[in-house]
Amino acid sequence: MSSDSIDIINAFALLTNFVILPALSYGSQLALGALAVTLVYSVLRFSNFAQGDSMAFGTMIVILLTGFMINQGWTISGIPTALLVIPVAIIGTAIYLLSMDRLVYKFYRRVKAKSITIVMASIGVMFVTGGLVRFILGPRPQIFADGERFIFSVREFKAFTGLEQGIALKTSQFLTVTIAILLVAFVFYFLQKTKTGKAMRAYSDNKELALLSGIDPDKVVTVTWLLVASLTTIAGALYGLDKGFTPQQYHLLLLPIFASVIVGGIGSPLGAIAGAFLIAFSEVLLTYAYKKFLIYLLPLSMHPTSLVQLIGTEYKYAISFMILVIVLLIRPTGIFKGKVLVDE
Amino acid sequence: MAYLEGTNLVAAYGVVPILHECSVKVEKGELAVIVGPNGAGKSTVMRVLLGMLEATSGSVTLDGNDISMLSTQERISLGLAFVPQNKNVFPSMTVEENLEMGAFLRTDDIKKTMEEVYSLFPILYEKRRQLAEELSGGQRQQVAFGRAMMTQPSVMLLDEPTAGVSPIVMDEIFSNILDVRDAGMAVLMVEQNAQQALNIADKGYVLVSGRNEHTGTGHELINDPEVRKKFLGG
Repeated sequence: MSSDSIDIINAFALLTNFVILPALSYGSQLALGALAVTLVYSVLRFSNFAQGDSMAFGTMIVILLTGFMINQGWTISGIPTALLVIPVAIIGTAIYLLSMDRLVYKFYRRVKAKSITIVMASIGVMFVTGGLVRFILGPRPQIFADGERFIFSVREFKAFTGLEQGIALKTSQFLTVTIAILLVAFVFYFLQKTKTGKAMRAYSDNKELALLSGIDPDKVVTVTWLLVASLTTIAGALYGLDKGFTPQQYHLLLLPIFASVIVGGIGSPLGAIAGAFLIAFSEVLLTYAYKKFLIYLLPLSMHPTSLVQLIGTEYKYAISFMILVIVLLIRPTGIFKGKVLVDE
Repeated sequence: MAYLEGTNLVAAYGVVPILHECSVKVEKGELAVIVGPNGAGKSTVMRVLLGMLEATSGSVTLDGNDISMLSTQERISLGLAFVPQNKNVFPSMTVEENLEMGAFLRTDDIKKTMEEVYSLFPILYEKRRQLAEELSGGQRQQVAFGRAMMTQPSVMLLDEPTAGVSPIVMDEIFSNILDVRDAGMAVLMVEQNAQQALNIADKGYVLVSGRNEHTGTGHELINDPEVRKKFLGG
């Protein structure tokens, strides 16, 4: 197997299979979550701590509906059933988020509370939402992926290319990246080109002038939550299809999502996406064991004996933290020159 | 009864009283100017007329109808337009998008009004794809003015439209305001540059501590020795 010649093609195949594809799909999932946080921040002026748990809530609906559909035998072979129920799950999540807005956030908007106060309220919503999910679904892991697992498997890839190192493209990875691109394109089109989208940007830019232009703030808020519900449910479902679901895991997703938003530049949708991929690639690149990769690239005498893993996977959340600290020290506005975290 | 009338307005920010029975009125095709020292409540009058601040007592009428109880948005849809002094553009939107937002409530074709704005401010046409935050102070004032025009208002309320612009731009803005007045709009303006503003005003109000101190035509006020001494620097 391991010859002493340098084998760049197999090294690249290895890296694609274990780093690039997983990081691309993880990055896409984070990007959708980060975009939702950015929308809430821009329009409603608070950092939504309930984002991770809202994703758990949306995914919970997807899981319940998927189970129901499979029980009824209402499936299409090859396609994950979860994909079919996402539209209904989005409606469910939208109703939940809008109810939370009416019950909690609306009051703080009316009394013109400071943004830090609303952030604290969102932490309350986070606990309630997480509790609801654990109450309904339980804390245990859930697997809800069905249908074809691979677009092409390692074995098929090897047979096709004759390479020693195979690449597998999981259905969930393919779906994640494809759907994320379509959804992001839709959100940007909506914000840039439609009248309602422009009104959202206007409201985010200058609330008082938006009112003076006749823009209805209630409508802007509602549309924002509808977009957030779509992004949240889809991000959660895709992450769950890819990596499985536990309420705790989704709760912890908040950290890499916030890191993405801040690294990219708070309030900048493009920044949120760039930040998400930066965080995802850092996590995967820093926790990957490079032993086999180096064996492909180095002559026999230099082959590593250790795993050559920079950071253990159990520390992956620390990476988001580290990047966050570095960015806040060096460039607090983020890559895309967003706002800094101050309460105006 | 004048087209827009605020009568005996009393208002306060929290417990701090600002306006004490202050009255202003403006007719269609007329330019009325409110001048006075800092803290006299000039901007507050506008906020009350627009419903952005609730008056404790007094009334606001538009074309004879009492609009005191209406929300800001309802007053906007009835034809009031406001150009605030600060933060009067959408900074991260293009010039053209700023104008579109002005026409948000309209359902008819807005192209013609936009062309009118562009012919009034040719520089805005050149910069229509640029973000408002990239423009100079004077150009931003023009965007703000243009945005208000896009609502096709019957009354234009302007809060210090020449704040922070060069004297040349100030003359331009004043001439634009006169154009708008001559087109039949009622224009009410708060101005720091009292001398210049009263020069072009049909009617002037000198406000001191939230009270009408002097009222008259622009020329009467300029030629009033007391007003000259106190407010126009002799």
